[in-house]
Amino acid sequence: MGFTTVKFALFFLALLIVYYRLPGKGQRAVLLAGSWCFALADGWRSLLMLLTTTVTAWAAGYVMGENQSCLGGKKARAANRPWMAGWTILNLTVLVLWKLCQSETASRALAGGDMAFLTRGLPLGISFYTLQAMSYVLDVYQGKVEPEKNFLKLALFTGFFPQLVQGPISRYGQLGNQFGERRDYEKKQVSFGMQRMLWGSFKKLVIADRMAVAVTALKDPQYTGGAFFLLTLFYAVQIYADFTGGIDMALGAAQAFGVTLPENFIHPFFSKNIAEYWRRWHATLGGWMKEYVFYPVSVSAPVRRLSKAARKKWPGFGKRLPVYGATLVTWLATGLWHGVTPNFVVWGMLNCLVIVISQELTPLYRKFHSRFRWKEKGWYGGFEMVRMFLLMNLIRACDLFPNVGEYFRRLGSLFTGFSLSDFACLDQLGLTALDYGILLAGVAVMAAVSLVQVKQGSIREKLWRRPVLRLALGFGLFLTVLLMGWYGVGYEAGDFIYNQF
Amino acid sequence: METLASILSELHPEVDFSLDHRLIEEGILDSFDIVTLVSEIDDRFGVVIPAQELTPENFASVRTLYNLIVKLKEN
Repeated sequence: MGFTTVKFALFFLALLIVYYRLPGKGQRAVLLAGSWCFALADGWRSLLMLLTTTVTAWAAGYVMGENQSCLGGKKARAANRPWMAGWTILNLTVLVLWKLCQSETASRALAGGDMAFLTRGLPLGISFYTLQAMSYVLDVYQGKVEPEKNFLKLALFTGFFPQLVQGPISRYGQLGNQFGERRDYEKKQVSFGMQRMLWGSFKKLVIADRMAVAVTALKDPQYTGGAFFLLTLFYAVQIYADFTGGIDMALGAAQAFGVTLPENFIHPFFSKNIAEYWRRWHATLGGWMKEYVFYPVSVSAPVRRLSKAARKKWPGFGKRLPVYGATLVTWLATGLWHGVTPNFVVWGMLNCLVIVISQELTPLYRKFHSRFRWKEKGWYGGFEMVRMFLLMNLIRACDLFPNVGEYFRRLGSLFTGFSLSDFACLDQLGLTALDYGILLAGVAVMAAVSLVQVKQGSIREKLWRRPVLRLALGFGLFLTVLLMGWYGVGYEAGDFIYNQF
Repeated sequence: METLASILSELHPEVDFSLDHRLIEEGILDSFDIVTLVSEIDDRFGVVIPAQELTPENFASVRTLYNLIVKLKEN
């Protein structure tokens, strides 16, 4: 049940009415029942996997909590280690196996047999709630959060329906307690939530799904050089509108129920360097990787020993070895999380390479900028943003080519066969002049909204004081989605790109 | 405190660490700086900072970081 379907709209409204109308303490149970129905609508596999992860995480937390209160201190930690490690290994193995089953080789091997159900796509949200549940188990082990004794609260933390489609990845400390108390209807919260959902559906249906047509066409091998440049640009627009649109809908739906999910995008295209970009793009995955992979690896005993040994030979590089080693492992894990195909590993390694090169060149940058005072000039910030946007577009395009050789062939063609006449392909991509006009206007609106949010804060808050303008804009946006949304033949509503990861 | 301030100055020569900066909030330290700091603190103070202590609260200022080192040394 995708976010942009009529079925979802009916489900959401029905659940919202029951949620606020229900007297007493039943809200949590209704929300959980609704969330599990949402998972079941994707098939029994999705619900079964969600329940397995939830029950095992709750049980592991419960046992670790009992050990902490009975044994305490180091003894409890030693007793809890097998539970934490066992749960983590088991759930990660299940996630990796599901991902491996989606490969062509696995599909061929399992086709027609009893296990063929494993190859029919990933269970809904498994990549997201596995990380989320893992953060809970690790936090309980480290004593950062109290083990949750109430199963309903933990089940809502892992299975709250808005985050099942494509995240964001919340932590128990942020989200768990929000399912504690009864929430009364607040017009402003529900209205803000619905406004954000409408804005998300505009990005998804008017921009992302329209742009997807051109991106699919440009993947054809004939399109190289300047056409590949167009592909990187169009894919940037498509994935931004698709992923942020989906996240807007998830955060908006949660807000309507009075729940605040963490922001996943902080205007990433305004980033001036790659580290900043990854703090702003898919921020909850980046934060998760930093806390549970990057830091533990960088301060682990083997890495510290290696660093000490390296420092004796190369004092400067040896110091940076823990950072680079942990960066390599983190990006390998991030790549594999997106997919267990070679292109995602290469995508991760390309990001890692750019980060390491930027770090190594830092002293050179400092010298350069102390001599030429360009950083103080207004235009230089704009130059840095454009540079970062173009660089990330080139790396991101690797997502599109499971055959890594083909990706590098196209990338190479940018430097060997670029011609402005390649842009003539625009009229062969399945879009009309009107479609390009709608896309241009849509991108301009997204950019303007981002700029206003950065400079002046929440637009919804400003509009709240102007009800007539708010209603007019809301109605206008609704009509735009209705009339200009991309609903072509064979259109499969609700297929978000990040839903496949 | 002085040793700590000198390690930080090596990382960011452009910042005056004698002032009471909020290291994370002001965006002075990023995750790379934190890992480099951990390694330097291990070398100069003989204190290993475990992963669960790498929190924004512990690295909020020179003072909080110093308190963390003292606490870990005492344990």
